[in-house]
Amino acid sequence: MELKTKAQAGSFESSDVLIMVEPVEKGAGRKIELSSIVMQQFGEDLLKQINRDLDGYNVADVRIIVNDKGALRPTISARLETALKRAAEMQTGTLK
Amino acid sequence: MKNILQINIPEELDGIGKLEPFQGAFAKLKKGWMEEKTVPPPNKAKLPHSNKMCATLKEAIVKTKPYDGMTISFHHHLRGGDNLLVESIKILAELGIKDITLASSSLTSAHDPILPYLKDGTITQVYSSGIRGELGKAIAEGVLPKPCVIHSHGGRVRSVHTGRIKIDLAILAASASDIEGNATGSHGPSAFGSMGYAAIDSWYSKQVIVVTDNIVDYPCVPQSVTQNYIDFVVNVDSIGDPSKIAGGTTRITKAPMDLQIARLAAKVIEHSGELKEGFSFQVGAGGASLAVAKYIRKIMKQRTIKGSFILGGVTSYGVDMLNEGLFRSIFDVQSFDAAVSSSLMDNPYHIEIPAGLYANPFNCGCMTNKLDIVVLGALEIDTDFNVNVITGSEGYVRGASGGHSDTASGANLTVVVCPSFRGRIPIVKDKVHTIVTPGESIDVLVTERGICVNPNRPDLKNNLEERGIQVKDITDLAREVESITGKAKSIEVTDRVVGVVEYRDGSIIDVIHQVKM
Amino acid sequence: MMEVKQQTFKRRTMLYIPGNNPAMLQQGSVYGADGVLLDLEDAVALNQKDSARILVSHMLRYISYEGCEVTVRVNHIDTPFGLDDLKQIVPLQPDAIRLPKVETLDEISRIIRLIEEIEDEHQMPHDQMKVHVMIETALGVQNVYDIARYSPRIDAISIGGQDLAADMQLVKANDGVGIDYARKQIVMAAKACKIDVFDTVYVDVENEEGLRDEAEYIKKLGFTGKAIINPRQIEIVNEVFTPTEIEIRKAAKIVKAFERNKAEGIGVFAVDGKMVDAPVVKRALRVLEMADIDVETL
Repeated sequence: MELKTKAQAGSFESSDVLIMVEPVEKGAGRKIELSSIVMQQFGEDLLKQINRDLDGYNVADVRIIVNDKGALRPTISARLETALKRAAEMQTGTLK
Repeated sequence: MKNILQINIPEELDGIGKLEPFQGAFAKLKKGWMEEKTVPPPNKAKLPHSNKMCATLKEAIVKTKPYDGMTISFHHHLRGGDNLLVESIKILAELGIKDITLASSSLTSAHDPILPYLKDGTITQVYSSGIRGELGKAIAEGVLPKPCVIHSHGGRVRSVHTGRIKIDLAILAASASDIEGNATGSHGPSAFGSMGYAAIDSWYSKQVIVVTDNIVDYPCVPQSVTQNYIDFVVNVDSIGDPSKIAGGTTRITKAPMDLQIARLAAKVIEHSGELKEGFSFQVGAGGASLAVAKYIRKIMKQRTIKGSFILGGVTSYGVDMLNEGLFRSIFDVQSFDAAVSSSLMDNPYHIEIPAGLYANPFNCGCMTNKLDIVVLGALEIDTDFNVNVITGSEGYVRGASGGHSDTASGANLTVVVCPSFRGRIPIVKDKVHTIVTPGESIDVLVTERGICVNPNRPDLKNNLEERGIQVKDITDLAREVESITGKAKSIEVTDRVVGVVEYRDGSIIDVIHQVKM
Repeated sequence: MMEVKQQTFKRRTMLYIPGNNPAMLQQGSVYGADGVLLDLEDAVALNQKDSARILVSHMLRYISYEGCEVTVRVNHIDTPFGLDDLKQIVPLQPDAIRLPKVETLDEISRIIRLIEEIEDEHQMPHDQMKVHVMIETALGVQNVYDIARYSPRIDAISIGGQDLAADMQLVKANDGVGIDYARKQIVMAAKACKIDVFDTVYVDVENEEGLRDEAEYIKKLGFTGKAIINPRQIEIVNEVFTPTEIEIRKAAKIVKAFERNKAEGIGVFAVDGKMVDAPVVKRALRVLEMADIDVETL
């Protein structure tokens, strides 16, 4: 997936997560900034999940800012997918 | 040494002394008397027509001759609107008093401003039934040199009787008082209702100051504390913020999750066999626990059942049920809103009780011994039904033991209501962070995803299943929760013990370890 | 002649859940509604349609909506979002897919053909996922029978009262008078096709009496269930649509008498002085089914 622009998805609501993605130079790697209200209990799990999902989308270089309010796994994957697709200008079926 | 729940308890701790391991809810009670000796209340004398009035709180405190290492106590009937405790600590600090043991019946986030005094050696130990806010966080992080002691409401009375807590100075807020110190919380501009937690302090403290914003003509009626125990009386502008002390009336929650859980709990209670003519009842002050009362009220009317008494912390909802004739009386140890204070004043069957009559196990029978049905909350519950109501998901102290273990031990049917998880944090799990109430006292857990009956109540399980209520195995529920939230990493703690959790009989049921920062 | 549909789910209440709200989506099945509607349409802002679509897709795969029928309401095929909704949701095969604002036979045939194409792409059968149609305009009301009978996979009709009232330019939208004919017409079409029919939402969440009255009324009209927008409404509506103990006893009596008389070759008989023939027995069986009573155990 080739990221073309900055984009975000999700919200600050309880049980949601706000994910912002930003394209970076090729080779810059993955810069993941994580903050979560359940950092102690699930911080590691969150990071693992995000990296796993990024692997699935073949994204090697990106800056991601994650602001988590206790979202479950499907929400995290969904918001990341949405943000990436918006960043890749692949989002179909929505008005900008 | 290990207690009966397999928790490691140190043999003794600096600042507390020797510790006794918890051996079961009735291990110490079944003898019929208490091993520990009781201490005598203080001996005082006053010449006739002495003047107790002091112009300021500071003047009164100075007259009591405060000293380093003293123990000071307050009641928490002013709840979130209290500023008396903070004022008093400030004054003591100004006077240069150090190494104070704070023995308020409970602490809320309204007491956050005393945090600096926990850091600078003014206060070095805390006894309380609950600690919240900044104080709870700091104590879990190890700010105090001595471990704090968490006790139940009944246990606090026992502690004072046995001299475990030796109160030097009790500063008691009252919403009305006369110049001799006959005082009450049942009327006045800052009325807060029952003064149940203050009684033991007034009887046993070496010096007692009553602080009011409403001096009334002699004699003040009714009298929650009486003049023969009061050394000084102070009239201040305001004992606290009335809007935060007691709001208008308590409303039943509208949160769909709480209502759903309450509805299920009411069904469980209805079919448990315990909902019958003359039953006694206690619920919490809000959330799902209070909402259960709404459904029970409906069922009582449908089945024309009349209960005997309502017990506990009382809300206007309880008063409504009393006025409707659904119950014969209310025994009130703490009143949660203005409507309750009025009822306490006006209705002879709305009876104020001190904490010892409410829940101290070491007497000829406290009221929790007579309780039929109690509905309690939980921060966490494990697969053995042990309940945590004191530490939160990060290991900070942010709750209260309160009447939880007292009522759970006495009630014929103890129902815990809570969601199975909140946000992403599991509530039903394999092991809780801190045990306050042992699983043996809990009969049934009601969550939105399942109803679980303690294996020690096969009769209850049968009753429910026979009436079509599905009962789930609590281990299955814990698994289910984990499959939804994922496995949470446990809280990282150090070896240092920063708090002990006393069971109501004085034995130690769990310890609180310092949170790794 | 259509066959009687076999239902494994009760359909007294269907809780609407906004598709872009994770907190509500993950708790959807705990409130005791018979079904949940994961909504990608009216409850989702125009610039979040993609977000909702992706979130609902993940929720469908991860959350077990145990005991609930799961329906997804997609956007109309003629909106910029509708086709993508179908492409993403159909392969996930929720229990049912709900099509909003259906107006003509031509439309429904187009949409179902699209659904089947997508199912073919994924090697999925055409008779697993059900289709519900929503009638929300005057034109839809006029065409409802033709729409509903188009395909055997259409097994419920729903009325969108708010949109219908707007389409009809009704001045007073919430007293039910303006949409009364539409309700009856839609029920008739559903009965002619022998399928379920859902009534519209009741917006005044605080008014429990009003909700009960409306539920009683629409039950009399023949509706089989109702849309729910707040969990507090579920208990009341479930109650209205659940047979009372008296109704159950009566139905059991009828069915027992029927079995007895059947054995003796008698087709019409009396129970409590009232004539009982085949339709009465059918109604009694339906009552027992709604009350979860196994006829074998009688």
